[in-house]
Amino acid sequence: MADVAADPAPDLEPVRVDRATKASRVFAALAAVALAALISLPWWGDAGWMRLIAEMAYYVALAQLWNLLAGYAGLVSVGQQAYVGLGGYMLFYLTGVWNVNVYVALLLAGPFAGLMSIPVSFAVFRLRGAYFAIGTWVVSEVFSLLASLILVLGAGSGMSLTVPILREISSDRDVRDTMLYLMTLAMSLLVFAIVYSLLRSRHGLALTAIRDSEPASASLGVNTFRTKFIIYVATAACTGLIGGLIFLQKLRISPEAGFSINDWTVVVIFMVVIGGIGTLEGPFIGMLVYIILRELLADYGTYYLILLGVLAIVIMLKAPMGIWGWVIHRYDLQLFPVGRRLRLEPTDDPSKR
Amino acid sequence: MQWLNVFIQGSLLGGIYALFAIGLSMSFGIMRLVNIAHGDFIVLSGYVALVVTQSTGLDPFSSLAIVVPVMFVLGYALQRGLLNQTLTGGLLPPLLVTFGISIIIQNGLLQGFGAYDHRLQEGAIETASIHLPGGIDVGVYPLLVFAVAVFSIASLQFLFYRTGLGRAFRAVSDDADTAELMGIDNRKLYALALGIAMIFTAIAGVLFGIRTIFDPAAGPIRLILAFEAVIIGGLGSMWGTLIGGMVLGIAQSVGAALDPTWQILAGHLAFLAILILRPNGLFPRTRD
Amino acid sequence: MTLLRTQNLSAFYGDFQALFGIDVTVEQGETVAIIGANGAGKTTLLRAIAGALATAPDTVLFEGKPIGHMTPHEIVRLGIAMVPEGRRLFPSLSVEENLLLGTHSNRAGPWNLSRIYELFPRLNELRHLPATSLSGGQQQMAAVGRALMSNPRLLLCDELSLGLAPVVIRDIYRCLGAITADGTTVVLVEQDINRALDASTRFYCLQEGRLALTAPTKNFDRAALTAAYFGM
Repeated sequence: MADVAADPAPDLEPVRVDRATKASRVFAALAAVALAALISLPWWGDAGWMRLIAEMAYYVALAQLWNLLAGYAGLVSVGQQAYVGLGGYMLFYLTGVWNVNVYVALLLAGPFAGLMSIPVSFAVFRLRGAYFAIGTWVVSEVFSLLASLILVLGAGSGMSLTVPILREISSDRDVRDTMLYLMTLAMSLLVFAIVYSLLRSRHGLALTAIRDSEPASASLGVNTFRTKFIIYVATAACTGLIGGLIFLQKLRISPEAGFSINDWTVVVIFMVVIGGIGTLEGPFIGMLVYIILRELLADYGTYYLILLGVLAIVIMLKAPMGIWGWVIHRYDLQLFPVGRRLRLEPTDDPSKR
Repeated sequence: MQWLNVFIQGSLLGGIYALFAIGLSMSFGIMRLVNIAHGDFIVLSGYVALVVTQSTGLDPFSSLAIVVPVMFVLGYALQRGLLNQTLTGGLLPPLLVTFGISIIIQNGLLQGFGAYDHRLQEGAIETASIHLPGGIDVGVYPLLVFAVAVFSIASLQFLFYRTGLGRAFRAVSDDADTAELMGIDNRKLYALALGIAMIFTAIAGVLFGIRTIFDPAAGPIRLILAFEAVIIGGLGSMWGTLIGGMVLGIAQSVGAALDPTWQILAGHLAFLAILILRPNGLFPRTRD
Repeated sequence: MTLLRTQNLSAFYGDFQALFGIDVTVEQGETVAIIGANGAGKTTLLRAIAGALATAPDTVLFEGKPIGHMTPHEIVRLGIAMVPEGRRLFPSLSVEENLLLGTHSNRAGPWNLSRIYELFPRLNELRHLPATSLSGGQQQMAAVGRALMSNPRLLLCDELSLGLAPVVIRDIYRCLGAITADGTTVVLVEQDINRALDASTRFYCLQEGRLALTAPTKNFDRAALTAAYFGM
């Protein structure tokens, strides 16, 4: 028999903390099916499809990372292309100049980019807001210029991956394509898993708090500087890994391609903004919109970039929450649950009726 | 003596960088708006001047009589019609909208003019130089540009500190809400601010377009140079921006003297060094 | 004649409702006090009248015409001026420049720089100093002067006594007397109840966004007022 005097709050009903929602459970099932299809693609699809899906996979990963940085940590960086280039160059340098095994080189590309982001953060964290954005851009330009001046990195012409390096993955071209495809898919899932678990964790709560109000969260004891620093470095490392994989598949790297703001930042920002910044679902949607638009407008040259610019402006003015933001607003839907809902537990305990 | 030359060239180079920076500084100071398309507007001014000079036969300096009003109206309309709506949404809307504008301008110019290099021709003044004792040659054109920069900043200071309009600009910069409660029409003021900023952007675009080739993609580097001059000099101080431009120019000249391919990089590195050592710039003034 | 009238005025900050159907009238030449505890909605009411808070057009009527939808600067042009809570002088401007800013709306009337300096002689000595380097009391005078420079028909004063010493508050209210003697209509918000009642002919008491009590101030029963103030 419970000692009523010791029960601190006899009138409160027990609650349960719920992580998942009904929609997210349905979605999880569908996602599992889609994932199985994607993993098995090499056995029923052709090389062209694998290349396209791989591209979609690495764009989604880049978008998730930029979303984490800008949408959650409030660090609007226009210089993430620096880490794409750094990762790519590290891969080519290690394999081409030091004959390091291609897999080892790939695994080192990420940490290298992460390491470089530490001194960078000392400089750029001194800036705020839009000035921070331009500062990250300057840093990227610095890396690009350095790459174009260093002879061992091929200077302005860049470097190519030689055949022996590719053979380390496989001598058979089809096997190689499959390996690269699966590696890209795995990397994309890994990045998504990291971002997702981060946002579900205590750090994720801290980030949402920082995003909503930095002074308020600081006053509650959230170490905003350390949180942002960790996110910045982690994002840089993941971006470096992605950069390595991207250029492994492109077979060539040059300062212009490796540090291209158009390819690695403009497009990524567009995806996140259109899809819905600050949501996990947004980058997926934004990536799909971008790929569809690109395929549809392939024949129109620069007009499609102009259209992207116009779309970004319209979305920012009329629907700044993006497509998924609008969906959440209308339907209160969340497919990747990061929130916590309190649910009252129905109880059979007669003393509590 | 060679280093004195480097110092002088660099300082004069600072004049054009300060001119680049004026527009950026104004729109940030008055409406807290960082215009990512700023560099592209500098390039756009060059192209407008190109069209004017080619269709009217005017020389670039004279074409300013048309280019400046055109860019003023463009700036006014852009702020009034589009950018004013981005000011209340926080950091992202102005950044992304001006980013979008940047992409539109670059690709629009690409469609209209192709990826070729262009330059405005002003004639003999481009290469004329003054011979000073000690074997120092000072280009007349860089000197002229520097003088224009000094004059521009002086006139802006006059505007800000000795006119009613300048008073209103400073008030809005301090406290936009209270300024409105005192009878100031913020929206119109912001539009005027961007229009005036565009005047100097246009002058910078034409003057630089005479000295250096430009193409549709030349905007971003202009933005970065303007931004570096502002940060080195310290936010909120126009004369500081001039000094910032000169520091940047001297750093670039030193780099170029060591190796011509190091010019831009030297400027970036000097900027980063100052950012780490003196994060508020050399002559900071504004409270953010 | 009724200079200002609010009818069923409600105001929101996002989803939070700060005012619930407030009806207030201010006759020409009156001095009306708005009193209430912190958070009662007094400043919100003034801001809604001044146009800083968007409201439905008909909920605020000035000289019979709806102004609820107008922007603050349009409302200043009509003849309503605000002395904001906490003074809010412009730090980058000198005292005189702050005053001159009041002329931005170009309204004709008796107030100009020399008249303001007559009313507040101390400001004349300090006029070229940065406005925020003045003492609290001097800043308050400057803020009032700034509002007067727009020659308003209606002056809204938000917490004139905030953070000021009693001797200073007395001086300020004496000057207010000189202003109202000229015929300017004043609405003043005050936490200092005695000050407010001494200076006004009528008062409204707000409690949590609602009108709790209104009456002429002469001989009003303080006990009843306290009850309304605290919502008892």
